[in-house]
Amino acid sequence: MGAFILFLKLGPLFHVDGLVMSENFIELRNVRKEFAGVVALNDLSLTIRKGEIHCLAGENGSGKSTLIKVMSGVYQPDGGEISIDGNKVEHLSPMASIEHGVQVIYQDFSLFGNLTVAENLAMNVQLREQRHILNWRRMREIAKEAVSRLGVELDLDTDVEKLSTAGKQLVAIARALMSDARLIIMDEPTTALTGKEIETLFRIVRDIQSRGIAILFVSHKMREMLEISDHITVIRNGEKVADGPTRDFDEALITRHMTGLDIISEPYVWDQAQYGSQPARVETQNLSFGSDLDNINLSVRPGEIVGVSGLLGSGRTELALALFGMMPGYSGSIAISGQETKLATPQDAIHAGIAYVPEDRLSEGLFLTQGIDRNILSTSYEKLAPGLLIDQKKAEDWVDTMIRDMQIATPTGKKLVKELSGGNQQRVVIARWLLTNAKFLILNGPTVGVDVGSKAEIHRIIRELAQKEGLAVLMISDDVPELVHNCNRIVLMHRGAFVEEMASAETSEDQISDKLKNLT
Amino acid sequence: MTWFQKSEVVIAGILVLAMVIIGLVNPAFWSLDNMFSLLRSNVIIGIMALGVLLVMISGGIDVSFPAFAVAAMYLTVKGMIYFNYDGVLLPFVAAATMGALFGCLNAFFVYKFRMIPLIVTLGTGSMVRGFLLGVVGTSMININKMPDALIEFGKSDIVNMVKADGSTYGLTAMILVYVGLAIALHLVLRHTMIGRGVYALGGDPEAASRVGFNIRKITFFIYCVAGALAGFAGLLHSGMIWLANPRDFVGLELDVIAAVVLGGASIFGGRGSVLGTMLGVFMLVMVKNSLIIMKIDTTWQRVVVGVIIVIATAITAWRDRRANA
Amino acid sequence: MKRQMDFRSLLNRDNNIVQLIAMTILIFVVMTALSPDKFLRYYNFESITYIFPELGLLSIAMMIAMLTGGIDLSVIGIANLSGIFAGVMFKKFATDAGVADTGFGIVLLGAVIALGTGLVAGALNGLLITRLKITPILATLGTGQIFTGLAIVMTGGPAIVGFPNAWAFIGNGKILGLATPFVLFIVLACLIAFILRRTTFGINLMLIGTNPKAALFAGLKREKMVLMSYMLTGVMASIAGIILSGRTNAAKSDYGTSYLLQAVLIAVLGGTNPAGGRGTVLGVSIAVTALMLLSSGFQILRFSNHLIDFIWGVFLLLVIAINAYKNRTR
Repeated sequence: MGAFILFLKLGPLFHVDGLVMSENFIELRNVRKEFAGVVALNDLSLTIRKGEIHCLAGENGSGKSTLIKVMSGVYQPDGGEISIDGNKVEHLSPMASIEHGVQVIYQDFSLFGNLTVAENLAMNVQLREQRHILNWRRMREIAKEAVSRLGVELDLDTDVEKLSTAGKQLVAIARALMSDARLIIMDEPTTALTGKEIETLFRIVRDIQSRGIAILFVSHKMREMLEISDHITVIRNGEKVADGPTRDFDEALITRHMTGLDIISEPYVWDQAQYGSQPARVETQNLSFGSDLDNINLSVRPGEIVGVSGLLGSGRTELALALFGMMPGYSGSIAISGQETKLATPQDAIHAGIAYVPEDRLSEGLFLTQGIDRNILSTSYEKLAPGLLIDQKKAEDWVDTMIRDMQIATPTGKKLVKELSGGNQQRVVIARWLLTNAKFLILNGPTVGVDVGSKAEIHRIIRELAQKEGLAVLMISDDVPELVHNCNRIVLMHRGAFVEEMASAETSEDQISDKLKNLT
Repeated sequence: MTWFQKSEVVIAGILVLAMVIIGLVNPAFWSLDNMFSLLRSNVIIGIMALGVLLVMISGGIDVSFPAFAVAAMYLTVKGMIYFNYDGVLLPFVAAATMGALFGCLNAFFVYKFRMIPLIVTLGTGSMVRGFLLGVVGTSMININKMPDALIEFGKSDIVNMVKADGSTYGLTAMILVYVGLAIALHLVLRHTMIGRGVYALGGDPEAASRVGFNIRKITFFIYCVAGALAGFAGLLHSGMIWLANPRDFVGLELDVIAAVVLGGASIFGGRGSVLGTMLGVFMLVMVKNSLIIMKIDTTWQRVVVGVIIVIATAITAWRDRRANA
Repeated sequence: MKRQMDFRSLLNRDNNIVQLIAMTILIFVVMTALSPDKFLRYYNFESITYIFPELGLLSIAMMIAMLTGGIDLSVIGIANLSGIFAGVMFKKFATDAGVADTGFGIVLLGAVIALGTGLVAGALNGLLITRLKITPILATLGTGQIFTGLAIVMTGGPAIVGFPNAWAFIGNGKILGLATPFVLFIVLACLIAFILRRTTFGINLMLIGTNPKAALFAGLKREKMVLMSYMLTGVMASIAGIILSGRTNAAKSDYGTSYLLQAVLIAVLGGTNPAGGRGTVLGVSIAVTALMLLSSGFQILRFSNHLIDFIWGVFLLLVIAINAYKNRTR
């Protein structure tokens, strides 16, 4: 036994010419990477053993993606060394990385929507074999094998762009396995998946592990990390801050390592005494739209934060879009503060005091290469220019007020939004709606891709707005704890309809998670 | 996808419909003579369209090829006269090579500087044409000076017919050259890794480089082949009309792009086929040539082409939107 | 450190203008050195002030289309068609004394027709792009053909020669000792700059160009704004057409075809991002000045026009390379 431990400890010493099989698949030692003088990775070491499920945790911007790119050969480190199978690799190119068996499944899956499932699956193999001529029959065989290895069903002849997110992910995983992967890196694999899909994914991940393939699970969702992984590494600001077997961690500890702060959350209580007598801010009656929305009766009162959860495609996003005037042609009625209102365009909705913070901040919410000022004012220009010209003075005042109220960390409103952190960016999006005097705020995935520290801060701001200003909030989220902690009521949606409604105080995360899983 | 949803089938259907209508307006449309001359008009635009198709599948657009074609043509013919060379094969190789070299320039700027292909090719096109006219010369080389071999080659027919009045007409053998090139490109696009790489690049450039495609190689391949096809077509054109005019092909890019779009290729990349492009070329050439047959004033030609582009692109846009919905 | 980065990006933005000015001065110095007696003559600069406004206005028009990530390849067609419509109208109303003495009222009507042509043509582009969702390149490629084609149909091919004197004044006259086209250009450039910086419309164009989807979710009237931007582009093109026909006393379907490439080049050279969201009138104005000096210098050196085309092409590629190099270090 002692000798065994000694062997383990001395493991690295024995890797002379690869004679001794190392039990580590990849080792990064003191890796450093800078971009134009900004340190992205600092003296970072990481070891992934063969066949382990390893979690890499860190806030957005902590260096996770840089690390992935170093391992996949996209970036060359400025310092430190990389060993694979105990052998030092001098120059890890993308091709070399693939040859060593490193496969990355990016968040966008890197699939070709214009090509069929079969071709997507077989492409890597054919590329690796350095073929020049394509054999379509062999390609189908490769694809069939890939799908059967995964134990799922996929139509090989469909164009990938026609698949669901989960379907695309399956293709991506199957493709990675085809390349005789020995380490599969999954970048935020659960972000776009629903509870049930996540379960399927985990089953597949464990199955992959059982074949001796290591998995690096990059995430910031604590519950998932704790459930799936054997080992956790936490990084912050490009440095490793914690590293150890999963059993040594709990949610609070990971959070503390990721943020360097302690965060306590207390449930949200609706001030019924103050707002109970006022009419509902938004009330829908039999709101329907094709098969997306089925007789929705929703009512949100001032000061309420109502959570909506459901599987992807349950109609929750469509509900938000309908309330934001983006699904004209709905049937049923929508009343704003007791007054029936037709919402045919986003302008109608904004005029009625409705605001929408979209799901994908970067592609739907922000003007990245514009300043904070223009981003915040984007909804208010018409109000700023009653005549022809924009009132510059007023514009500046409004921006300054918002930066202060929302505590956006910036020296000036001219700073480009792309230079802000995810949390600050989300505040910019919310700020733009406060300027329109929105009375009803729809948040779709309010903290997706936001680090833990900012997440708590954004929650605090939203709760405060509801409590003090009487803002009515509809919060759509996959993140069950987020809903339980911030909403006074939660509704579950399924196939376009409300299937259950509960008061947060009378339910728990586990109860909701179970209910979500049981929806079919 | 069932067969009737394939865009090639739809295009072919519209084509047949258009042919029936034109034939009804003037039955002379169906005469063998007219058909042969229609096919003849397909050759040059068709070969150039193959190059543009390649660029478009990769998500780019090329407006420089007319300049490349005319430069390769004029320089090659000048060279043939200077060296008193009277062969065919070598000049075509030379013209294609010249086109390919010009294409390299496009590829270099598109790949190295990640610039929008439209802007790059506007620049290279203007540069090459400006150089040709400003430095090489502006005078036409007409039939007296044109190399005989080239003219002879351009004259060759597959079949020859004699009309009632004794005059002869035939189907140019150049159509075989066109079809040969088309088949070759089809095989490359469909059955080689580099061909699939072109589709992959057009589908998602980032993903293409991640799975291990050599983007640089593919980009150079695309623009060099497009350039080579243009150079080749340029020389062939001069052989077919017995004239080398350095001011030729001005504005041709619009027709060719229109034809490729008509053929179902997506300007956003990732979609397009050789067969569709050939049908698109045929459709455009047919409509343009049939204006006379349909007794419409030729001054309307450009308006008609413009309207066709607008309608074709509107339909494509509508189709894409429906597919995404 | 963040503050420093901010400062650097600020400098970088102004850098573009500084760089353009430096380039202009360089061209000026080189041309002066090569041919001091001819280049430095007052007459040379005066003739530049007559010629460049057409191109300058077309470049600004191109920039406006590029702000939303589009492009307008039909500007030349619009410019010529505007001139031709006005010219045809003048011919219709010509008195026995000839077109030259046409009354002021008719000339004004001609201007309205020309501007109206630009407005309608621009609206057609805008509708094709916003309603039928055709990509701007293809839509304007097609309408460019249509406009040029209509111009051929209207004229039957040859140029329409002979415009009223008052019309010619727009292209040839002087206001306070300055060329009328030049004065017109300055006024319009200031107006457009003002619109882009200080009105809802202008800022909305920047935002839409930066991220069209986000613009939709921020409740901007995206379609209306894009439509308006193409209408503005059309009107600018038609003003260029008025100046062109006034200066040359003629209108033809294929005048100024080389301007298309040049307008794109100047817009890009002037710091406009062809993908949308960035572009200034000042940058475009300096760029057009620089290239006009270059072009006039070459003409004095008796370079052929074609060679100037060659140099424009080289310049465009150089600009691409320089911009790419600049962005890489950032």
